[in-house]
Amino acid sequence: MSILARDLKLAARRRIESLLPVVFFLVAVSLFPLGVGPEPQTLRQIAPGIVWVCALLATMLSVNTLYSGDLADGSLEQMLRAPASAVAVALAKAAAHWLVAGLPLIVAAPVIGLLFDMSGPALTTLVVGLLLGTPILSLLGGLGAALTLGLRSGGMLLILIVLPLATPALIFGAGAVDAVESGLSASGHHSLLAALLIATLAGTPVATAAALRISTE
Amino acid sequence: MTQPRTPLTFFTFSSPPRFYAITGVLVPVFWALAVGLTAVGLWMGFFVAPTDATQGEVYRIIFIHVPAAWMSMLLYVVMAFWAAIGWAFNARLASMVARSIAPTGALFTFLALWTGALWGKPTWGTWWVWDARLTSELILLFLYLGYIALTEAIDDPRRADQAGALLAVVGSVNVPIIYFSVKWWNTLHQGASVSLTAAPKMATTMLTAMLIMSLAFWAYAFAVVFTRTRAMVLEREQSATWVQDLARRQQGALP
Repeated sequence: MSILARDLKLAARRRIESLLPVVFFLVAVSLFPLGVGPEPQTLRQIAPGIVWVCALLATMLSVNTLYSGDLADGSLEQMLRAPASAVAVALAKAAAHWLVAGLPLIVAAPVIGLLFDMSGPALTTLVVGLLLGTPILSLLGGLGAALTLGLRSGGMLLILIVLPLATPALIFGAGAVDAVESGLSASGHHSLLAALLIATLAGTPVATAAALRISTE
Repeated sequence: MTQPRTPLTFFTFSSPPRFYAITGVLVPVFWALAVGLTAVGLWMGFFVAPTDATQGEVYRIIFIHVPAAWMSMLLYVVMAFWAAIGWAFNARLASMVARSIAPTGALFTFLALWTGALWGKPTWGTWWVWDARLTSELILLFLYLGYIALTEAIDDPRRADQAGALLAVVGSVNVPIIYFSVKWWNTLHQGASVSLTAAPKMATTMLTAMLIMSLAFWAYAFAVVFTRTRAMVLEREQSATWVQDLARRQQGALP
């Protein structure tokens, strides 16, 4: 808990840096109409996929530094040595990352939906999906960050490692919006996303803790 | 080289010098098996097996495609298994075997995708479709590449082995989830042609040729993996006495 508060305080001290993921998200998303063309029909169709892919990339690029600062100044070793278990450390760090980088993406998503001319129900579905899905991305990203800690090409490697693992979240998240747009209910997709979140929540902190021990040995 | 006799246990073959000696004998055997079985399997596949009623001669790529796809999935599980053993019991040799399997697994995955594309062009009319099985095979290739990239990026071999093991285990937990999510997403691929529960839907000669080809791929995988592991054993144990003895003897044998 104190780690979570500490990370949030650190983020608050560096406001511009903490805003980088959401700015990246907005810039990356607005590149697509320039590349694909401005037809509203096409844009509406590809919007959920674009939002999800860009959210995924924004998360992966920002999660890279989750542990590296703490490793550099030695506080990571202190955290792992402290009585609180490494699993709790991993969970707190992922939660802090989600609050700093994930939540702003969800807030920005409706604005992007309007840019892409999405309908109201589709937007709601997208936001609910992101709400369930971005914590998964933060948790998986935390695992990748712990595995690639202190490596030369860590950033690229992290993306290569985590992206295949994150495909289910992407499929169900974007699939939910497609279902709503074709007149079906999104609840099936959302239930699966929630199940995925629970499984990830149960599994990744343990794996991340193990990865941290391997990387700091 | 005479080895002192020790009782046969679970860890008997985890000693690097003994592994090196035994595989030195086994590798040529597996190469011979691989070449022989491939020759027989391809001959059966191309000349003995009947022409398919609907697909004509095109289907004959199945004799490479299906065994390669089987191997690609099997090798990932085997790799994760040995990596986990190496991590849990701190068995260096198991970790080395796991890392030797990765490139072969990636090769088979690529082969399955490539032959699939060659098969898809005449039958489906396209090189690639975003179908469930194709996509999950592609993601499997990415998982292999991620494992290889991670283990190669870490300089310390112990850390590389352990981090790779963790990734392989997480990946193998994820494989079913990825498979089913992708299956839900889209499906065009024909159902499995061979299953253990139902009678095979194909001619016996076709099935035999396919099984012979899988055995050939098995033998090839053993040969290549053992060769790669032998090289890795020598590299990592270069300061050990037995490796230096070996090197001295090899140099002595040269004129």
